[in-house]
Amino acid sequence: MGSSITQQIFQQIVNGLSLGSIYALIALGYTMVYGIIKLINFAHGDIMMVGAYAGWYAITVLHLSFLPALLFAMVACALLGVVIERIAYKPLRNASRIAALITAIGVSLFLEYGGMLLVTAQVRTYPPVFPETMYSFHGVIFKYGDIVMLLTSTILMVLLHITVQYTKMGKAMRAVSFDKDAALLMGINTNNIISFTFAIGSALAAAAGVLMGVYFNTIDPLMGIIPGLKAFVAAVLGGIGIIPGAMVGGLMLGLIESIVSGLGASTWRDAVAFLILILVLIVKPSGLFGKNVREKV
Amino acid sequence: MLVLEDVNVYYGAIHALKGISFEVNQGEIVTLIGSNGAGKSTSLKTISGLLRPKTGKITFNGENLASIAPQLIVSKGISQVPEGRHVFANMTVIENLELGAYLRKDKAGVKQDMQRVYGLFPRLLERNTQISGTLSGGEQQMLAMGRALMSKPQLLLLDEPSMGLAPILVKQIFSIIKEINEGGTTVLLVEQNAHMALSIANRAYVLETGKIVLSGDSKQLAASEEIRKAYLGG
Repeated sequence: MGSSITQQIFQQIVNGLSLGSIYALIALGYTMVYGIIKLINFAHGDIMMVGAYAGWYAITVLHLSFLPALLFAMVACALLGVVIERIAYKPLRNASRIAALITAIGVSLFLEYGGMLLVTAQVRTYPPVFPETMYSFHGVIFKYGDIVMLLTSTILMVLLHITVQYTKMGKAMRAVSFDKDAALLMGINTNNIISFTFAIGSALAAAAGVLMGVYFNTIDPLMGIIPGLKAFVAAVLGGIGIIPGAMVGGLMLGLIESIVSGLGASTWRDAVAFLILILVLIVKPSGLFGKNVREKV
Repeated sequence: MLVLEDVNVYYGAIHALKGISFEVNQGEIVTLIGSNGAGKSTSLKTISGLLRPKTGKITFNGENLASIAPQLIVSKGISQVPEGRHVFANMTVIENLELGAYLRKDKAGVKQDMQRVYGLFPRLLERNTQISGTLSGGEQQMLAMGRALMSKPQLLLLDEPSMGLAPILVKQIFSIIKEINEGGTTVLLVEQNAHMALSIANRAYVLETGKIVLSGDSKQLAASEEIRKAYLGG
């Protein structure tokens, strides 16, 4: 009995990490975009949806296998992200934040209902890309798909971390997000860096979309709304604008959800997740990784 | 080297620079002095491309700066140390210096200049892996100057380097400015501390509400009755 409870707990942790890694991938895009232009990009969840469709198209129509399909979706959404930024957000860069926010909601609706027009509202089944193989380790079951999912998101997050911390582009990104004018004085083309940030964030969302399709087996044009909202919560939980915060926030949210479900209260999981968000924000309004910004003058 | 001709700059409806003309010659230290809101910082920001003139012309080594994208002006040899330092406080000292050389492709030269910066500011070498937000105000000023030098500028624009620093540090910073200038870099210095600025500059321009009201040799200006009364405290 005792061991079966431990097994249960570990099983929920495995499930929670798989789901949480998807939230984390989406949350990263939110947080990166917020970090660089202080915009909550409410269309981000819908970019994930487009990524899911791009992956679906690549697998069923182009007959690509998982990895090429994933890359196809990522590239497609990177382009989409850049186009959205240039057309919808760039002209509003110096407008009020609320104007940009409303535009983001507009872009979100455009993608959702434009998507419906294009692919119909009908739910589509994601082709099974992974074998149904399961591995049992001390009674805890690992599905083949879970492992690939965790691995894919971990690799993407490590790549992101290396890009942001160690490459010239990453340093420029951090510089622009910290101080645009000072970055300009260094010779950094801030417009290009902002586009690059949208490209990376959208590509990560696309990866999440493909994984989401594989995980839940179905996709539809409104599938981005709820995960988008939850990823936003994850980003705020970790401290919006802070990359490691988004990773941890996403994983935490996934874990909380699956543990609450595992306790037999699956209808409560969203309520508990949001309750925890509220509690964290009461204690630490800047999020788990957020710093109280002080400026030296 | 640098020539401004009848430059007008607006912040929205506010006319900040009203037809300013001045020049900086190779090898000089030139200072712009004046009280708060006179347009000193605005002048520097307009030269470095953060602001654009509505009318008038700015040429650097004969090239019209209006035709150059703001982020490329630094590659022409103009580098600005902004007012209030504006170091990237979330990054290390080394990363800040590397960003100063963002557009440079000559790796060996960048390395050499980093050594030169460490030579001028040994404190930065001691702290090179520290997050720059944790540096003291004086160290941040040194970092901002070091970062600006990493682009290997011909002309260094310094905006209020003495701001908020203890008198002993101000002296040190000014002697380093002199040293940088003796190393062949032309300096355009904006200062509220007119006394210090006039003591190291060759020439000076006095700004008042967006206009140049006086100019000349800094020793003569320092001796003039008008300047003593208005800016040197008697």
